[in-house]
Amino acid sequence: MTVGGLLPVAVLVYDALSGALGANPIQRATLQTGLLTLVLLVLSLACTPLRLLTGWTWPARIRKTLGLLGFGYAALHFLIYLFDHSFDLTLMTEDVLKRPFITAGFTALLLLVPLALTSTPRAVKRLGFARWTRLHQLAYVAVSLGALHYYWGVKKDHTPPLIYAAVIAALFLIRFLKRRPARSARTGSRAAKS
Amino acid sequence: MTDPRTPEDQTQPTDLQTPDGQRRILTPGSDLNPRREFMRSAALFTGTVAALGGGLEVLTRRPGLSSAEAQATDPFSRPDRPLGPYDTDEKVTSYQQATTYNNFYEFGTDKSDPARLARSLKPRPWTVRIDGEVRKPQTIDIDTLQSWFPLEDRIYRMRCVEGWSMVMPWLGFPLAALIRRLEPTSKAKYVQFTALLDTKQFPGQKQQVLKWPYVEGLRLDEALHPLSFMAVGLHGRTLPGQNGAPLRLVVPWKYGFKNIKSIVRITLTEKQPQTTWALAAPQEYGFYANVNPAVPHPRWSQATERRIGELGRRKTLPFNGYADEVAGLYRGMDLRKNF
Repeated sequence: MTVGGLLPVAVLVYDALSGALGANPIQRATLQTGLLTLVLLVLSLACTPLRLLTGWTWPARIRKTLGLLGFGYAALHFLIYLFDHSFDLTLMTEDVLKRPFITAGFTALLLLVPLALTSTPRAVKRLGFARWTRLHQLAYVAVSLGALHYYWGVKKDHTPPLIYAAVIAALFLIRFLKRRPARSARTGSRAAKS
Repeated sequence: MTDPRTPEDQTQPTDLQTPDGQRRILTPGSDLNPRREFMRSAALFTGTVAALGGGLEVLTRRPGLSSAEAQATDPFSRPDRPLGPYDTDEKVTSYQQATTYNNFYEFGTDKSDPARLARSLKPRPWTVRIDGEVRKPQTIDIDTLQSWFPLEDRIYRMRCVEGWSMVMPWLGFPLAALIRRLEPTSKAKYVQFTALLDTKQFPGQKQQVLKWPYVEGLRLDEALHPLSFMAVGLHGRTLPGQNGAPLRLVVPWKYGFKNIKSIVRITLTEKQPQTTWALAAPQEYGFYANVNPAVPHPRWSQATERRIGELGRRKTLPFNGYADEVAGLYRGMDLRKNF
C-alpha cells in the first residue's frame, strides 16, 4: 500500500532530474502534489461509503494508510510552496491572511495534523472511540477545503476541481443516506456498553 | 499496517493477525503452506503497488517533454547582431522552453496544449482586416503586410500575470509603423485587436472557457510607443503556431495576456475596447495590465516572478523594467485603480 502510494514521489523525483517537469518544474511539482493530496484524501473518504454499499471490510483496513499518504502529500505540497517563497515566513503569513485561496489550503493542512497525530491505535484508546471518531470527522472539512482551494486556485477552466467537488459531495450523500436509519440503534448499543 | 477498526469490523472475524503483523486468512480447507503463503503475499503486494501507484500516476501526472527532446531543438540563443536600444542583455529563454510553455487557451488551458495541438493552426494563407477609424480600411494578406516593413529583432522581457517570465527574441516591426500607414482619423483613440475564431484550427474554442474570439486593446498613444511591436518571428524563425502565428502583438511593459496572438483584425476605435480577460474576471485583470509589483493579484503577490529556467524568484520591476520609457504614458493616473 504505502509503497504504491509513494511511487508518484519516485516518478516526480525522476521527472525533475530528467527535465520532464517542463519549463516551470516548481509549479508542476506543486500542482502534482496538490492533486495527489486530493485524490488520496478522496480515496480515504471513499472507504466507508464503499463498505456501507458493498459490505466489504477491506476498504476500512486501507483507510488509514490512504489518509496518512494524503497527509504526506499535503505536507510535501506545502514544503514546495515554502521553497517557492524562499522559506520566507512573513511572505507565507501574508499569503495565508490575505488570500482566501491560500487560507483554505493552509487551514485544510492544519486540520489534517491532529488527524495524522492520532492515527495510532494507542491514540484511539486514549481518546476513546467516540471522541476519536468525532475528531476524525475533521477529514470531511479538510477535504472540502482542499477542493475549494483547488477551485479558487484555477484561473479559468473549473472542470477538474468541480469533478472532485462532485465526487466528495456524492461520498457525503452516501454516508448520509446509509447512516441515518442505523444511527439510533448504534448509539443505543454504544451507550449500553459504556 | 495496524488500524483502529470500527466496532462493526471487529464483529466480523474474517482474518486474524499473528504477532509479526502478517495476516492469515482462515478459510475452511486453506492450507497454511508457507511457500504458497509467501507467493500469495508477494503477488498481493505487487498488485497493490502497481494498482495504487499506477492509478495515482494516471490521475495526477502531467508530464512535459523529456530533456532529450528539449535539447534537440535549440537553434540559437540570440540574434547575431549588436544590441539595439530597447534590447535586454539578459539570458534569452531557450527556444524549446519558449515554445512548449505557453498560455494559448484557443488550444487548451494546459500549458502543454498549444505545442501539442499547434499543427491544427494554418498560418498561410492568412488575411488581416484593418478597419474602424482609419482612412485606408482594407483586408490584406499577411505576406504583403509583412513586406511593408523591414523586419527587426527585439529582445524583450515578458512577464506573465501568473508570476513567471521569459526573455524573448522577437522578429517583427513596430506597431507604430503599421498604424501610421493606416492613417488614423482624428476620432481614433484606441486600437482593438481580434484573434482568429475557428474551432477547427483552435480546438480549445469548443469550450466557452473565455468569450471567443479573443480581443485585446491598447490606447492609441500606447500603441504608437516605439516599444509596441508586432511579431512575426521568434529566435530568428517564423513564429510557431503555439506562439501566435502568423502575427501577434508584443507590449513588453504589460502582462503577457495583452500580447494577443494570431491576429485577424485590427480596428481603430473611439471607445475603449472590451478586452477578453477584463470581461472574464474584471476584479483580477484590468484593461491596462501594466506590470506592477505594488498591485497584487487577488490570489497571489506580483512582487516577485520566476524566470523560466531558474528555480528561485527575482523581484518584479515596475513596468517590467521599462519604466524609463513608458511611465510617462500614465502620468496623473492612479495605477491601483487602472490596473
